[in-house]
Amino acid sequence: MTPTNSMLVLSAITRHFGQVAALQSISLEVGSGQILCLVGHSGCGKSTLLRAIAGIEALDAGSIVIDGKVVSGPGVFVEPEHRRIGFMFQDYALFPHLSVRDNIGFGLGRLSRGERQSRIDEIVERIGLHPLIDRFPHMLSGGEQQRVALARALAPQPRLLLMDEPFSNLDRVLRDKVRLETLSIIKQFGITAVVVTHDPEEALAIGDLVALMQKGRLVEAGSGSRIYDAPWTAYAARFFSRMNTIPARFNENVLETPLGRFEAHGMEGDPTVLVRPQSVKISAEGVPAIILDRMILGEIEELLLEIGGLDEPLIMRGTGRHELRPGDRVCVSVNPRDIMIFPENDDQSRSGSNINSLKPL
Amino acid sequence: MTFQHTAVGLPVKLSIWAAVAIAVAALALIPIVSLAATAFVDTGGLWGHVVQFVLPQATWNTLQLLAGAGLIATVVGTGAAWIVSAYDFRGRGVLEWALLLPLAVPTYIMAYAYLDILNPLGPVQGVLRWMLGYSSPRQFRLPDLRAMWGAILLFGFVLYPYVYLTARAMFLTQAANVVEVARTLGVPKSKILWRVALPLARPAIVVGVALALMEILNDVGASQFLGVRTLTATVYTTWIVRTDLPGAAQIAISMLVIVLAVLTLERWARRNQRFASAAQSSRQLQRQVLSGPKAWLAFAAGAAPVMIGFAGPAIYLVVAAIRRIEFAGISPALVRATLNTVTVSAIATVTILTLGFVVAYAARLQTNTWSAFTMRAASIGYAVPGTVLAIGILVPVAALDRTIGGLWHAWTGWPSGLLLIGTGTALVYAYAARFLAISVGGVEAGLSRIPPAYDHASRTLGQSAMGTLLRVHLPLSKSSLIAAGLLVFVDCMKELPATLLLRPLNFELGHPLIRRGGARDLRRCGAGGLDHHRHRDCPGGSSGSNLAATLMAEAPKGPRRVVAIAALPSGD
Repeated sequence: MTPTNSMLVLSAITRHFGQVAALQSISLEVGSGQILCLVGHSGCGKSTLLRAIAGIEALDAGSIVIDGKVVSGPGVFVEPEHRRIGFMFQDYALFPHLSVRDNIGFGLGRLSRGERQSRIDEIVERIGLHPLIDRFPHMLSGGEQQRVALARALAPQPRLLLMDEPFSNLDRVLRDKVRLETLSIIKQFGITAVVVTHDPEEALAIGDLVALMQKGRLVEAGSGSRIYDAPWTAYAARFFSRMNTIPARFNENVLETPLGRFEAHGMEGDPTVLVRPQSVKISAEGVPAIILDRMILGEIEELLLEIGGLDEPLIMRGTGRHELRPGDRVCVSVNPRDIMIFPENDDQSRSGSNINSLKPL
Repeated sequence: MTFQHTAVGLPVKLSIWAAVAIAVAALALIPIVSLAATAFVDTGGLWGHVVQFVLPQATWNTLQLLAGAGLIATVVGTGAAWIVSAYDFRGRGVLEWALLLPLAVPTYIMAYAYLDILNPLGPVQGVLRWMLGYSSPRQFRLPDLRAMWGAILLFGFVLYPYVYLTARAMFLTQAANVVEVARTLGVPKSKILWRVALPLARPAIVVGVALALMEILNDVGASQFLGVRTLTATVYTTWIVRTDLPGAAQIAISMLVIVLAVLTLERWARRNQRFASAAQSSRQLQRQVLSGPKAWLAFAAGAAPVMIGFAGPAIYLVVAAIRRIEFAGISPALVRATLNTVTVSAIATVTILTLGFVVAYAARLQTNTWSAFTMRAASIGYAVPGTVLAIGILVPVAALDRTIGGLWHAWTGWPSGLLLIGTGTALVYAYAARFLAISVGGVEAGLSRIPPAYDHASRTLGQSAMGTLLRVHLPLSKSSLIAAGLLVFVDCMKELPATLLLRPLNFELGHPLIRRGGARDLRRCGAGGLDHHRHRDCPGGSSGSNLAATLMAEAPKGPRRVVAIAALPSGD
């Protein structure tokens, strides 16, 4: 990914809290109008990174460049109010003593009265907040608060919109709707955004660029489809979908697993082998398995299978229905192209393998 | 207004906020430092005498008083707060604010009023005798109030509002859902207080008790009236009677140990109070409606502390004052004095609130060890009894005044007055040093209820730290600011010892004090105390001892007319 026009450049950002490294040498680049999604488990440093970009958090080392201007770096620190960013907080942080109108107008203090009014009117119009304009935050529903917070952040026409878990306070049904709305507003404004979330699906859905973090480090970054379909690390593979971990080892250009033996040239050692539940198929021939359990999760059917050589039950998922009961015996197979191999047992090491070179023996 | 970090995260440049906060803390520390310096002056053999004969008994008395009055204040204050927060009954609204009234009257006035009311020849005992059919105090009399138990009861019932105030605030802001969860977990209504409300309010209660204890430690007048020799009283007499400033400073410093213990208790109770409450979602506790005898009982229970701690003595004082005015009219001097007091207190209140806000706000902008230290340092004056603080301020301020006067004289050739003491600046300084804690604490409490996300939202929306203060923090902490301001104002009006020592000469203040007979001595003492310090050879010491003598000797004798709030200078 080579953005022609970089809105945000992070270079080797480091931040310590006492002995704990909250951010370790993080570098990222976001193109103008793109959405960067920072994703990871809680405590991975994603919120700290967002706050560092906002200027609420200082850096120990590294630099942040917004729109070609250094805002954090050696000897430089631009106060948050001078960074021209919009920040949307997890709990929205709407000022309880101000009406919706005054909340939206809060960041427009430098404009003249008339300009401020027309800017408020414009944003209210575009986000559809008209009926709420004179209410106070405590009179708004969660979804309405979210939209007001978005309007407030966008009103000063920031160069960069930062959002901290913007949808986590909403219930599931509302979340999908609000997410779609928010995305279309962001795209419509053509604004560059950095969104923090702990939800893998959300990250894949909204990020033009998805950056996965773990313990203050950047595990990997890429487009949603790349990071899901061809993750470089086992950590990323496991983070974005459920995985069956298959014990395996290389033996003279052959990968030996309980799911079969596969041809694999030029690899050695004890690899981490992962298989997605949806890659497992019931077939006429293959590895024998015993059904342990069958669950219907709406459109998905999940089967738990016992397979010789596997400590944990193998999980299989699909949209088809199999009339099977615990104790039934079947055969399962896996398309070699769907087997993910990561060279060492180390979570973070990058896979150098060419997955397509695998052939069943 | 920037606070930058180097690559290793060290502050290289202090913000204006931080700089001012540190300056304020330094100003608050100066009296203590000067006190310590004074204490190291050689006092000859006096110190040994004090340690051997005075200190043990005074310390024991002080501890007894603190424990007893603290206990009463806790029980009464918390109980009253719970009654008006958990129940609804006729008269609750009145009680809610009436329970605060004892705060309005200085303890020494209360002590004085009660001595008169409960005197063997006073109204209460007279009525009792009449009812019981006795004719002379020789046949029947109540035990004398002038004892430790009397002091404990008096302080407890006058100072409980500190606990009431903090406990009630806590009961009010306690989210109703916590109580509801407790109910669903099987806690019956009758046990909510013990199982949920009290544990939750415990930090607030301790803070209130600590305030009350500080007030007791500060008191000079009431314990003198009641004949209880506390450490504070010892400091006072060591200085005034024995003319021994270093000795007084030394006792004062040993007294600071107790103060430190109370302060530690208070900070410990507050240690995890810094949470940002979800202000938008919390509901208030639903009050249980009482009716019939239960309502009467609740009202009576709530009204009793008001009667004992305020209404009884206040009515007595007002009656006495009316009699006095009928007899002698209102003296213009009194009006002038009252105006002066209100003006000085108002100026001091505005100053103190502003400084307190700067200190607390600087700490919010930068949470780290030094900002916590600044807040603690700025608050230290509250722990220092007014007498002691006044001595501590007198030394440096008088020196500064002399320097300024000298420079002025050398420059212009004209003689000058005492700039700082003469204009009342020193007095405002003393009030500020003493009451900054109230404003810092109040503002801090108000600010801590504002989630940090509001700061960040405001900053990212283009507001500076100052803009955020004006547009977010001030509006949101208005109520706690007003509360703190009221407390500071009342305390300034009540503050006796510092006022006595630092008021400008010929500047009459209506601080309600003592009675007619003592007024002249007192005034002279105020002046004498000053002179005494500036010129050791002046006879100020003897006029100073007049005050102590007046305070102690005259109070206990038979019934006499009280000049109530109308107390101060009679203008002769």
